[in-house]
Amino acid sequence: MLNPLPSHPLTYEQPLSNALQITPLHTRLLNDFQRDFPLSPRPYLEIAEHLGVSEEAVLSALSDLSEHDYISRVGPIIPPNQLGVSTLVAMAIPPEQLQRVADQISARPEVNHNYEREHRFNLWFVLIASDAVHLQQVLDSIDEETGYQTLSLPLVDEFFIDLGFNLDLPHV
Amino acid sequence: MFDARDYELLAHVQLGLPLCPRPYEAVGTELNMSEQEVLERLNRLKQQGLIKRLGVIVKHHRLGYRANAMIVWNVPEQLIKALGQRISQFSFVTLCYQRPKQPEWPYNLYCMIHGKDRQTVLAQLEQLNADCGIEHLESTVLFSLRCFKQRGALYQPIDKPILAHGCY
Repeated sequence: MLNPLPSHPLTYEQPLSNALQITPLHTRLLNDFQRDFPLSPRPYLEIAEHLGVSEEAVLSALSDLSEHDYISRVGPIIPPNQLGVSTLVAMAIPPEQLQRVADQISARPEVNHNYEREHRFNLWFVLIASDAVHLQQVLDSIDEETGYQTLSLPLVDEFFIDLGFNLDLPHV
Repeated sequence: MFDARDYELLAHVQLGLPLCPRPYEAVGTELNMSEQEVLERLNRLKQQGLIKRLGVIVKHHRLGYRANAMIVWNVPEQLIKALGQRISQFSFVTLCYQRPKQPEWPYNLYCMIHGKDRQTVLAQLEQLNADCGIEHLESTVLFSLRCFKQRGALYQPIDKPILAHGCY
């Protein structure tokens, strides 16, 4: 897990010069607290008591994980389309134009999760807007700005019940 | 079902709970809400399903899960719900959605598999296809290559904050 990563200037890796030494506490926090985070006044203390460590140790371990980009945050996952409207967008961009077009799209605040994928449709991102009219305006504006067509694939149904992700991490 | 204060609270906590002994009190101070009110509202939002889960949000890629595949199938409409529910049961599946077909895009069922490498993901997919008996369906696998943007600033018009869903 801590082996040096292949360097690719455009991925979201951090340099590993200051790699974090993963401890058993880190592992437990990563794997066991992805859901049912305590809704009580001292949640970190509750976790600490569960793990037999101090509250300070939990806070400091979470802060390490966050600083080293192993976690994005401690917080809620909110289902799509509950508060606003979203859609998944695909575009087919000539490879030599992809970086430029991707950058234009990433610059928009409505855009999340902008990925290159291996397909003729090689650019995929999520758009989130306040309502259907706004969403369509953003789609039209992307078509116009980039000169390529957006393919909008809004959610029809969601089957997955998100219980977090079993990381299968070695217990060191 | 939820009010403007709920929106405000969600918009705030979505950025992450502070790492301090009383995070809900800290959030409340920012929003001029008592700690107890913050907890009550979050509890209710969770029960109402507006918070799907609350906890540590990990970055798969950073943790060695480098192969991320989106798999799409062309499924007959009458089978899609049962199949979607079936697929979402596999432990390695991290998302499962139905989306509409389009003239140049014949697929309507999507799932994501995050794995340590391509071989693992492809083997898992083979198992899934075999177990569900759907090897014959038209499908394609799209591995992710570059990530240009994972998560942006929240889009937040003054009167109606909009929340992004989380990163996977």
